[in-house]
Amino acid sequence: MSRRRDDYEQSWWKGFKEWVDGAVDPLASGIEIQIPEKEQRDKEMVHPGDFGQTQQSLYDGRGLWYFRRFYQVMSVFLCLSIIFVLLWTVSYLPAFGNAGNPDNNEVSARYIEQGLKETGAVNIVTGMILDYRAFDTFGESCVLFIASCCVLVLLRIDAEDKDAMAKGKSKKRMAEANDRIFEPKNDIILQKCACVLVPLILVFGIYIVLNGHLSPGGGFSGGAVLGSGLILYLNAFGFKKTERFFTEKVYRRVTLSALTFYCLAKSYSFFTGANHLESGIPLGTPGAILSSGLILPLNICVGMVVACTMYAFYTLFRKGGM
Amino acid sequence: MSLVQNFPFFSIIIAMFSGILSSVLDGKKARNLSVAAILLTTVMSVFVLGFCLDTGQSYTYMMGHFPAPWGNEIRAGVLEGLTAVLFGLVMFFSVTGGMSHTSVDVEESKQNLFYIMIDLMLSSLLALIYTNDLFTAYVFVEINTIAGCGLIMIRQVGRSLSSAIRYMIMSQLGSGLFLIGLSLLYDVTGHLLMSPAGEAVKAIEAAGSYEVPMLVIMAVISVGLAIKSGLYPFHYWIPDTYGYATPAASAILSGLVSKGYIFLLIKIFYRVLGRENVIASQMVNVLFVFGLAGMMMGSFHAILEKDTRRMIAYSSVAQIGYIYMGIGLGTQAGMVAAVFHMFTHSATKALLFISAVGLYEVSGNKKDYKSLRGAGYRNPLAGIGFAVGSLSMVGFPMLAGFISKLLFATSALQSPHKMLPTVIALAISTILNAVYFLRLMITLYSIPESKEEQVDVDRASERPAKSSRKLELAVVSFILLNLVLGLYSQPIVAAIGSGLMMFD
Repeated sequence: MSRRRDDYEQSWWKGFKEWVDGAVDPLASGIEIQIPEKEQRDKEMVHPGDFGQTQQSLYDGRGLWYFRRFYQVMSVFLCLSIIFVLLWTVSYLPAFGNAGNPDNNEVSARYIEQGLKETGAVNIVTGMILDYRAFDTFGESCVLFIASCCVLVLLRIDAEDKDAMAKGKSKKRMAEANDRIFEPKNDIILQKCACVLVPLILVFGIYIVLNGHLSPGGGFSGGAVLGSGLILYLNAFGFKKTERFFTEKVYRRVTLSALTFYCLAKSYSFFTGANHLESGIPLGTPGAILSSGLILPLNICVGMVVACTMYAFYTLFRKGGM
Repeated sequence: MSLVQNFPFFSIIIAMFSGILSSVLDGKKARNLSVAAILLTTVMSVFVLGFCLDTGQSYTYMMGHFPAPWGNEIRAGVLEGLTAVLFGLVMFFSVTGGMSHTSVDVEESKQNLFYIMIDLMLSSLLALIYTNDLFTAYVFVEINTIAGCGLIMIRQVGRSLSSAIRYMIMSQLGSGLFLIGLSLLYDVTGHLLMSPAGEAVKAIEAAGSYEVPMLVIMAVISVGLAIKSGLYPFHYWIPDTYGYATPAASAILSGLVSKGYIFLLIKIFYRVLGRENVIASQMVNVLFVFGLAGMMMGSFHAILEKDTRRMIAYSSVAQIGYIYMGIGLGTQAGMVAAVFHMFTHSATKALLFISAVGLYEVSGNKKDYKSLRGAGYRNPLAGIGFAVGSLSMVGFPMLAGFISKLLFATSALQSPHKMLPTVIALAISTILNAVYFLRLMITLYSIPESKEEQVDVDRASERPAKSSRKLELAVVSFILLNLVLGLYSQPIVAAIGSGLMMFD
């Protein structure tokens, strides 16, 4: 067995060994906050009389203050410089609405000239997003879907959590979560207005969705209108009444069936398109409500997803459940 | 058109559809569905790779009834197939390896949501790999970002929420810059599909018009995607994010998500902006400098870090720096090295995260160095996995990291102006890597000294923390993957080279 060196306590080897063990912290004097020992804490406790002095000593360490100020100045400077660079770039871009612009090319020409014939949609924009570039739109609907899933992760409180109930403190948590008890109930003015407005809003929303291929509108905008109608109804009449027809189960089923239909229908269309097969979906007479092939059902799907997502966001932020 | 050519499209749709279906399934079924989807897509990617190697060329696939400049399109070649196979494998082993922890870390009723995130993450990664359309890329970047946020915050303990917020802010900044770049690009080219946009860019460069917008477009797109993949000065979201998420999520986020963006950036460089233009605009030099800085600073931070998982996360910063340095060399060889290092890093970092979990299990789930003393004896397989991962990161021969370092060094020799800084940075960074990884190795294989420590550890290992079969399987497969990348690198490097040729 070898003998320890006499100066072992000060040796490099010991320092290295401690570092390997994680016993010493190279940052100890720097960033990390060290919790002092108990006695030391008592010693350092601020007595009321020392307050001015403490404040003084806080401001003596001006390093932090300077750092913060520097940080603020730099962030404003950076933002301004980015704004300047982007504005400078815009001045070099082709003038807006000029016929010779690069974006007035064969792509938009075909959309405008052949769009009606190829997609059957009078509203060219709908034809573009749901037929020419339907894959992107499917991605967008999935963005909504996954966004609502994220909100579910964050905010959903599971009422049937029996274990939590047993722990006692959950009762208060439940009450806090379930703030429907604090709701202003039976507000006559709101209820009367809602009686008139909600049917109109819902009918208008349905109209926008169904006429998406004929006139301005479509699934995204119509769905937003439908969702806001539902939210108004909820505010006027409370959760009890909406739960008669809209629970989480309904939400899940509607979203699932809408997205599944979208997925299957478009997969069929992509597959036939890529393999140069006839899709066999009739386009109908342009201008009729039952026309333009898959666009109408897809619009309905998108509308349902958007409406459900909006309503789900509202209820989740409101009380952590549906 | 043969059936195999449909597989890229099938794999994207299957991943998305399993995510949608999982919303009504319970946790266990969603998990099985997710694992099946990952396996199926990986098998399909293997077929795609085989097909592209056979025919020796890439092909485009119409998404709908309308051809290129009008409808959406995806594209598959050797490099796409290879990346998809590797990402699929890493994803599969990460999910299975972290599975037992996922079921503990995530609330019972939210398990299916976790697997929805996994499925959509897979679909978005595949779409980023296969896409031939800039706007499709943006949409799936969005899905990727949101799914990443969900994967981080689903653990809902400690700092995972704040790190998710940090991740979201940085990521959205990156997406925003990317979107600005895309809209500017659309304004000057009039196309969203990569091939016609690339033609238009060529014409613009030949005519010499729109000089300023083109420069800004290159800068904004590169910086946006660099922020999202965590290049050095934008790396502050990485340590918390990777350090506090559930293990499977950490492995996926560090191994795959950042690589998806880098792959997209390389694709845009080659297919849209044109490699010569990017080099001429000095953009690569900017990436080169920040890559070098990342290699140094990431390792320094890792040395100073006490928490093991945060240390691995900081090591990711350094490795991302390597990749950008390879891109920044501006040569074909540098790009090949960067892509190979991308593969190396995703296989190795996932291995490190998964085997670190195995080591925590036997050390009372504490994360500091002290409690990990001797953990390599208590869970031998995880210890070996961690050792292999560390050695690969340091660049030990036979392992993947060695080949990528070799490729970086040889490619540096071909670019005279950047040779010296690259080689010096490689040397220093390798030494720094060795310092912190070997320090951890020493800790893992040293016997606890004092009696009470031993008792502590014994108590910890008495707990039911038996390392599950799945975790062991994942560790072994990751080690094999590493050895394959290290020993059979020749055909892989050749495939990467020919895949990059197909991009032009």
